[in-house]
Amino acid sequence: MTTIILAIVVGAAFGAVLDRIGATNPNFIGKMLNLTNLHLMKTILLAIGTGSVLMFGGQMLGLVDVGHMSVKAAYIGVFIGGLLLGGGWALSGYCPGTGVCAMAAGRKDALFFAAGGLLGAAAYMATYPMWNASGLLSNILGGKVTLGEIPDSGYESLTGIPGDILGIVLGAVFILVAIVLPSKPTGQAGGQVQPAE
Amino acid sequence: MVLNWKIGGVLLGLVFFLAVALVKPIGVSTQFVILDGILWNAVDPTVVTETDDGGYTSTNEYLARSGGKYASSVANPWNYSFIFVLAMMGGAFLSARLRGGIDASERSIPAIWRANMGDSAVKRYALAFVGGFIVLYGARLAGGCTSGHMMSGMMQTAISGYIFAAGAFAAAIPVAMMLYRKEA
Repeated sequence: MTTIILAIVVGAAFGAVLDRIGATNPNFIGKMLNLTNLHLMKTILLAIGTGSVLMFGGQMLGLVDVGHMSVKAAYIGVFIGGLLLGGGWALSGYCPGTGVCAMAAGRKDALFFAAGGLLGAAAYMATYPMWNASGLLSNILGGKVTLGEIPDSGYESLTGIPGDILGIVLGAVFILVAIVLPSKPTGQAGGQVQPAE
Repeated sequence: MVLNWKIGGVLLGLVFFLAVALVKPIGVSTQFVILDGILWNAVDPTVVTETDDGGYTSTNEYLARSGGKYASSVANPWNYSFIFVLAMMGGAFLSARLRGGIDASERSIPAIWRANMGDSAVKRYALAFVGGFIVLYGARLAGGCTSGHMMSGMMQTAISGYIFAAGAFAAAIPVAMMLYRKEA
């Protein structure tokens, strides 16, 4: 019962925040991905950094259960799947989470995105044996691996550097990049006149 | 109007932190498979079956993998991850209502699409459908999406998260630069 309440509270908070930062709006996604407006990228980088610092800091203080971590395996298909997702993300302006949120917010095109998503997931279910046989789903770099060695996590590490400290340092790097990254990298912020269309 | 990146980023980071502190890292795309499984099993109840030792398995190799983890979620949909996605939609719905909803002109065709690809709603719907297909096929091949791999993954310093993000942006940026040349 508790987990269901947590699912409702954390899920609703996630959906509401995605809506408020503009991640469910294909205009902001398009402008981020064509590199004309990186405001949303700054938001996402700051979020990853904040989450990382809090999580690893909490682990070091013994306040956060390391056992809650869930690291996914690395394999060649992760990169190929990333390429596919990236292409579809740019085309539609939605990723799985933001797509269902945009649909709930009242965007009709997101309904078609979600329907296409259900069919795409079904197509993967049908073709999974082929991918599995291809060897592209076999672990690389050790599979479920983190950059540093996180105490008691049970995950292998790539470097052997203390993983909680590295996590905080990398979190700080994400935050720093979020701060220095310009919102409008192409200099359109300076009141330049846009060419007429 | 969107939240300033400083406030929005800290709020989003807090949500990711709370998820992993209280339960587990956030992920979404698996639930498309679970919903597919629920629908499929409703039409053909032989798809997901209980095993002798009380677990679940499936005639579909993907649902049956990892000891029937997905098959079990299909059989018992009221689990954390599935409810999470429903609650997420509820949260986005309420948030959008409270800020006055989505403009009528935006509801079918986003402005950036209209400026670059024209006024056809049918074209927009068709390509959003195609995009959804590619996104979820890719997410399942990768084993996660923007939430699970990119955000939760990089937050945990997972190698897989970095590999995924590299692939996603390597495709997304050129495609967006090609498609969206005009400002909305």
